[in-house]
Amino acid sequence: MRPVLLWTDGLIFLLVAGLIAFVVLVRRHEHLRAPWRKVAANPVAVAAAIVLLFFTAIAILDSVHFRLALPAGPSGAVHYSPEVKSVLDVLSGPLAEQQEKSYSAPFATHLFSRETVTLPDGRQLRTYPRLRYGGASLHDPERGRSGDILMRTAEGLAGGALVWLMLWLGLKPVYGKAASRRTIANTLLALCLISGFLVALATHYHVFGTDKVGQDVLYITLKSIRTGVLIGALTTLVTLPLSIGLGVSAGYFGGRVDDAVQYLYTTLNAIPGVLLIAAAVLIMQTQLESHPGWFETGTERADLRLLFLCLILGMTSWTGLARLLRGETLKVRELDYVMAARAFGVSDVRILLRHILPNIQHIVLISVVMDFSGLVLAEAVLSYIGVGVDPTMSSFGNMINGARLELAREPVVWWQLAAAFVFMFVLVLSANLFADSVQDAMDPRSRRNA
Amino acid sequence: MSKGLRLDNLRVALEGGSHPLIPVDGVSLDVPAGQCVALLGESGCGKSLTALAMMRLLPEGVKVVRGDVSLDGESLLDLPERDMRHVRGGRLAMIFQEPMTSLNPVLTVADQIRESLAAHRGLTGRSADTEAGRLMAAVGLPIERLSSYPFQLSGGQRQRALIAMMLAGDPTVLVADEPTTALDVTVQAQILRLLKTLQQERGMGLLLITHDLDVARDMADRVAVMYAGQIVEWASRAQLYGAALHPYTRCLFQVLPSIDRRGGRLAQIPGMVPAPGTALVGCRFAGRCPDVVERCRSEPQALRELAPGHWVRCGQAEPGRLASDALPDARDASSGDVKATPSPILELRNLAVHFPIRKGLFQRVAGYTKAVDGVSLDIRAGQTVALVGESGCGKTTLARAALRLIEPTGGQVLLAGEDIGRLEGEALRQKRGDMQIVFQDPFSSLNPRMRVGEIIAEGLAALRPELDKAVRATRVTEVLERVGLPADAFGRYPHEFSGGQRQRIAIARALVVEPKLLICDEPTSALDVSVQAQILNLLADLQQERGLAYLFITHNLAVVGYLADRVAVMYRGRIVEEGEAAALLNAPAHPYTRMLLESAPGKGMTKVPEPGTRARIPSDGCAFADRCPMVMPLCRTVAPELKEREGGSRLSCHL
Repeated sequence: MRPVLLWTDGLIFLLVAGLIAFVVLVRRHEHLRAPWRKVAANPVAVAAAIVLLFFTAIAILDSVHFRLALPAGPSGAVHYSPEVKSVLDVLSGPLAEQQEKSYSAPFATHLFSRETVTLPDGRQLRTYPRLRYGGASLHDPERGRSGDILMRTAEGLAGGALVWLMLWLGLKPVYGKAASRRTIANTLLALCLISGFLVALATHYHVFGTDKVGQDVLYITLKSIRTGVLIGALTTLVTLPLSIGLGVSAGYFGGRVDDAVQYLYTTLNAIPGVLLIAAAVLIMQTQLESHPGWFETGTERADLRLLFLCLILGMTSWTGLARLLRGETLKVRELDYVMAARAFGVSDVRILLRHILPNIQHIVLISVVMDFSGLVLAEAVLSYIGVGVDPTMSSFGNMINGARLELAREPVVWWQLAAAFVFMFVLVLSANLFADSVQDAMDPRSRRNA
Repeated sequence: MSKGLRLDNLRVALEGGSHPLIPVDGVSLDVPAGQCVALLGESGCGKSLTALAMMRLLPEGVKVVRGDVSLDGESLLDLPERDMRHVRGGRLAMIFQEPMTSLNPVLTVADQIRESLAAHRGLTGRSADTEAGRLMAAVGLPIERLSSYPFQLSGGQRQRALIAMMLAGDPTVLVADEPTTALDVTVQAQILRLLKTLQQERGMGLLLITHDLDVARDMADRVAVMYAGQIVEWASRAQLYGAALHPYTRCLFQVLPSIDRRGGRLAQIPGMVPAPGTALVGCRFAGRCPDVVERCRSEPQALRELAPGHWVRCGQAEPGRLASDALPDARDASSGDVKATPSPILELRNLAVHFPIRKGLFQRVAGYTKAVDGVSLDIRAGQTVALVGESGCGKTTLARAALRLIEPTGGQVLLAGEDIGRLEGEALRQKRGDMQIVFQDPFSSLNPRMRVGEIIAEGLAALRPELDKAVRATRVTEVLERVGLPADAFGRYPHEFSGGQRQRIAIARALVVEPKLLICDEPTSALDVSVQAQILNLLADLQQERGLAYLFITHNLAVVGYLADRVAVMYRGRIVEEGEAAALLNAPAHPYTRMLLESAPGKGMTKVPEPGTRARIPSDGCAFADRCPMVMPLCRTVAPELKEREGGSRLSCHL
């Protein structure tokens, strides 16, 4: 086994490290802690945060990559499989391997479309063939299926409840006597029950059906989470230095710097965003395709494409925050404490670091959390029109794109779209709810009313 | 059933938290039609909440829990909201402090007045227009102003327009919440006179909420003094200003700076107002009262009528005990009056700051706003020079240019003889320690994200990087102690301190780098009078100890009279008169100085001058010509120069 560190893996770990550092910083400073305490007292925010953490955990599990060693060849040299796997692939076990021939509906035991089957006695029959894995253990799928599903559901729910109980007792030191511990308990319970249900059933059925090439849709959906979270989080990592650096310096220094920055972002804003992104992605695509030697595996190529997509999205979406920060800096720089610091001859860098940045950080934070959901949706749109992530990579956008034509079929192949929709909806909704309460807690105007 | 507004034992509670806070506790008040009643109190005493409670406009979470409000005998608290809407702005109208935000910026004055006329008197069309015109005349606005938008009006005109709107409903009682606090003295005098005239002509009741003892003296028939949510004294104006009985009221009178108290120390009220959450059994002022006895702390005090119509909430007060001074008297005139050394610390030579006005596509410079236009001024060690003028006259710009926080357009700034206008980089930084600034607003002048210790040490770190951390910390602790802050202030954040304490922190921050000159930009105008006295005393002590020179920017003439050695009066970027404080304040030579002095409240409403509009900026001639009551043809063509007069004063006037 050889570990593989993809570009985005490294960045996502960096991001997690940054997040932990931020939490430590917040815990040390009372004035930073106070608004977060307000967030923690809001049940909706707590529930949303737990769901977000759950999604992030899946994304992180999916970011530890490695290549398995192939059986040693005659020369004795160790060769590695060209397929890059992640911890999530291992955990989801048979899900990835249980590939059917083509479409099948959720919990189906037979394929979705009729096929000509040659019977053992040589006769040919047009029928719905049995699935290779979905409900394979049943002798008589017509009669045994409902009972089997019910049984497994009960097992799964019981398992989930058990895990929840253990989690609840194990996490006691973390939540302690927090005011929102009921919310924590309820959210965890919901997550455990759903997970238990999925775990118990996914190994024997295709809970969300299978796609065109017979892949389990649940598996693709799980893999898509990483793409969504990455797009949302990494892009902000790209936008932050740009928008903070340019926005704050435009506001603080004014004059020519301000003119230059304003010129830059008004120009950028004047170009239709999708057009710019499409152009950049297409250029990058041809570059990558004309240099196949750069990558050892297809995953690496897809990964680099994802990274570039983040960069491109970041390049085009920093303007909004920069404009906001410029305005806020204009306001803060005229405040008396900045004047007082200038009267002491404090250098510009120190004024920016000690007086300006800490007093605009709440805006940065609010906009980062708010942008997250927007970016997840942007990925879906871009992949749908074919300028998003690599087609071989699982992503919500690709799933929707794949389901596009099948919606016209009769009967409709709806499950692919539904699965992508449900997962994306939960992710974006919880991000939005969380952002809302962060804004409420950080915004000085709402603080005054409280 | 009497006409007018009546509050009966009103109690307002702020719900939420472990126990409710009671910001207004049992306020009873009568505002009969035809009388002006002043509700006087320092910030946070509950006077604004009282007003909002009777308008039924309390913010969410704040409720009237007891008592009643009645207008013309009809209880307002029981009215359904639909009927209350007719009362509000109709029989009971309210004007607010900030004329900028109380008018809708996208509607013309006429629209807003007519809205009120339609809602409360059912007037529309032609009749509404006539009535609007009549109201404009009543508030002294030209009728053409009806078609103006609020941004086209000056602050005083806006306040007049707002009053016209409120009169549209023909109110029985008008509530004015600090109606002139945001205005210049000259405009304040006009608005107050207008309110008084309207009240008398229309037989309205006027409830004037103010923190200014002098404004109340000019306006009120009766005065209610409020402290920590309760009315502590309720008396006619003559009784209150002649012989106040409650120790708090007497203290308030004594902490006021004035020219008579020059050179002495101001009396101080020790301690602070109890927080609204503290459980109090006895008198709320007991902790700060100079006459406190044991009974005060243990027994609740009720309002007692000590003389006819004179109610006092104090068990100790008696009508006979008038002469006793509530506070230890001000110290005698400081014997060792620091004599001004001959060499000036700061010399401004023809200092000018012009801001370019840019126009058009290519940002062509179309003209200049001459914020500061050729100012020369000397400040000597140990001397206090006051810079006086209306808002927008360039006082603050002058201060910032002197500190080189703004680059001057012309002229020189000499600091101890050295032209700092030519210094750059490191050399300039070295000089910055010699002059420091204290700002007006103690809330925006301290970075909320830094601890007090860090805030104060910042100047040391920037100017004296050679000092090591321990030395710096000792210096910070010393200066904290000097300005009278607790030692544990070091590690706390600014929001944990009151306004007065924050201003002390700001002074400590300036002081720690041992400046020779301190520029104080309205350091007490955001503070209550009792806190103002403490800060002024502190500044006086520091001047004595360290021979500091002060450039004291203010619009409060009483403060000027109290502490300035010299006064410079500024108008439209220029100094129009400068001289010894006592001489200048007693015998002002320039018409503008006279106007400022006459506008100051507290002298009755006899001689309020009518300053003209300030709309036009004359290109040549005297800048003050348009408002000058003694304007001559010469003034309109030739600008007077600032000339030396006998006695070392300077004047810029043709007279």
